[in-house]
Amino acid sequence: MVKKSNGANIDLPIYLDYQATTPLDPRVLDVMMPYLTTKFGNPHSRNHSIGWEAEKGVELARKQVADLIGADSKEIIFTSGATESNNLALKGVAHFYGDRKNHIVTPVTEHKCVLDSCRHLEQEGFKVTYIPVQQNGIVDLDVLAGAITDETVMVSIMAVNNEIGVIQPLEEIGALCRERKVFFHTDAAQATGKIPLDVNAMNIDLMSISGHKMYGPMGVGVLYVRRRPRVRLKALITGGGQERGMRSGTLPTPLIVGIGEACAIATKEMGADNEHIRRLSDRLHDGLTSSLGDIFLNGDREKRYPGNLNFSFAYVEGESLMMGIKDLAVSSGSACTSASLEPSYVLRALGVDEELAHTSLRLGIGRFTTEAEIDYAVECLREHVNKLRSMSPLWEMAQEGIDLKSIEWSEH
Amino acid sequence: MAYNEKVIDHYERPRNVGSMDKNEAGVGTGLVGAPACGDVMKLQIRVNEAGIIEDAKFKTFGCGSAIASSSLVTEWVKGKTLDEAGTIKNTQIAQHLALPPVKIHCSVLAEDAIKAAIADYRTKNDRQAAE
Repeated sequence: MVKKSNGANIDLPIYLDYQATTPLDPRVLDVMMPYLTTKFGNPHSRNHSIGWEAEKGVELARKQVADLIGADSKEIIFTSGATESNNLALKGVAHFYGDRKNHIVTPVTEHKCVLDSCRHLEQEGFKVTYIPVQQNGIVDLDVLAGAITDETVMVSIMAVNNEIGVIQPLEEIGALCRERKVFFHTDAAQATGKIPLDVNAMNIDLMSISGHKMYGPMGVGVLYVRRRPRVRLKALITGGGQERGMRSGTLPTPLIVGIGEACAIATKEMGADNEHIRRLSDRLHDGLTSSLGDIFLNGDREKRYPGNLNFSFAYVEGESLMMGIKDLAVSSGSACTSASLEPSYVLRALGVDEELAHTSLRLGIGRFTTEAEIDYAVECLREHVNKLRSMSPLWEMAQEGIDLKSIEWSEH
Repeated sequence: MAYNEKVIDHYERPRNVGSMDKNEAGVGTGLVGAPACGDVMKLQIRVNEAGIIEDAKFKTFGCGSAIASSSLVTEWVKGKTLDEAGTIKNTQIAQHLALPPVKIHCSVLAEDAIKAAIADYRTKNDRQAAE
């Protein structure tokens, strides 16, 4: 606990990594708890009341998820998380329709689990077109339209990007896909409960959802699978035939009632959440840009979820900055790849120079972020960026007016 | 990833940060690495008439291990002759800072920086001697 000069108390470290995971909302835990203790039944047990009680919890959760995205309960398939949902959507649909249509279109800025599913399908003989994105991170609809062929079975485009927070034009993409009679899958792990989503208005045929990115528990996710017109897929996990045969395995009741409650809270509070997050996001953005020069926001400023601000701090290497701001829990990109020394492939796809890509940080704001935390973060970043710049040879050269691009660097 | 305490110490209290006038006769400057690779080190030495490195300064763009490697070598080269300083090996730096395998390149870069600064000083002074 740190006492601030204005009297406010803040706990350190400050969590600004809401894209990696969100804390469980205490109200969600309250709903889950009975299913971990007294209501412990197997929801598939049809012969006694303890099973029926668990089934009732699961079916309520199914409705809560469906209501958040304008779907029908029957279209909600529970999975272990968004990675499984994305695998099931891509491989399941490709395997079912593969003998008629064998082509998939997806942007280069997708999450690794979508790209890797595509790579696996390519090894099986499917064709995948990886379309570029514009400099602001948004898909160009003409490029997308040009990539769809008669062989295309599915277009997979994420709703909100995990690294840079940009929102893709889902409604336009959905309309295009419907017109061209291809399925539209969206990875909405970063979008569900944060931006309004309506599977019918947006013509979304499959949608992946993650529990722990929306204040629900880890280890549970959803794949929305449209029933009319019907989308069919080949299961990845077979067994007892649960979830209409699309995903076998005993449903984890406590996790499922958790994601259900998280969706119910989001349905009620999305407006208030967004107002809070927008205000803090503007405060963080303005606080940094007014006190530090040579910093750049990656991804479109307007078409973005405000809870994600990805900045490049020129002349300061990202990892050393993170080491300095140890009271701030932030990420230099996606947590899945933060062990690698390569700069982010998402930033590279935006055309961000490699040197600037090495200087980027993702600052995530969420439901439980406070104004005092944002002010502390701004101060902390300002101090450490200035300190590291004072010892950066690149900053020194830039101040002397030397064009860094004119130097012959020894690439190593 | 947890950092070794020696790395943290050099990162938080870097030794000999700064710049010398690269046009000064006794100063040798090494600039190695590339911004696109995420590491650039500038290492400068001031050599006295006896051929001893009197002072050393660095500026580094890079991760904590890169900063620590360059900070460490500025300490090590001070008081050494050019030949002695030229024998500093990246393995010694990596061992002293307990760098993990993914950070070995930082120590390599620091060795390169010393060599480049020595070479720069020698080229400059050979040229002066020839004039």
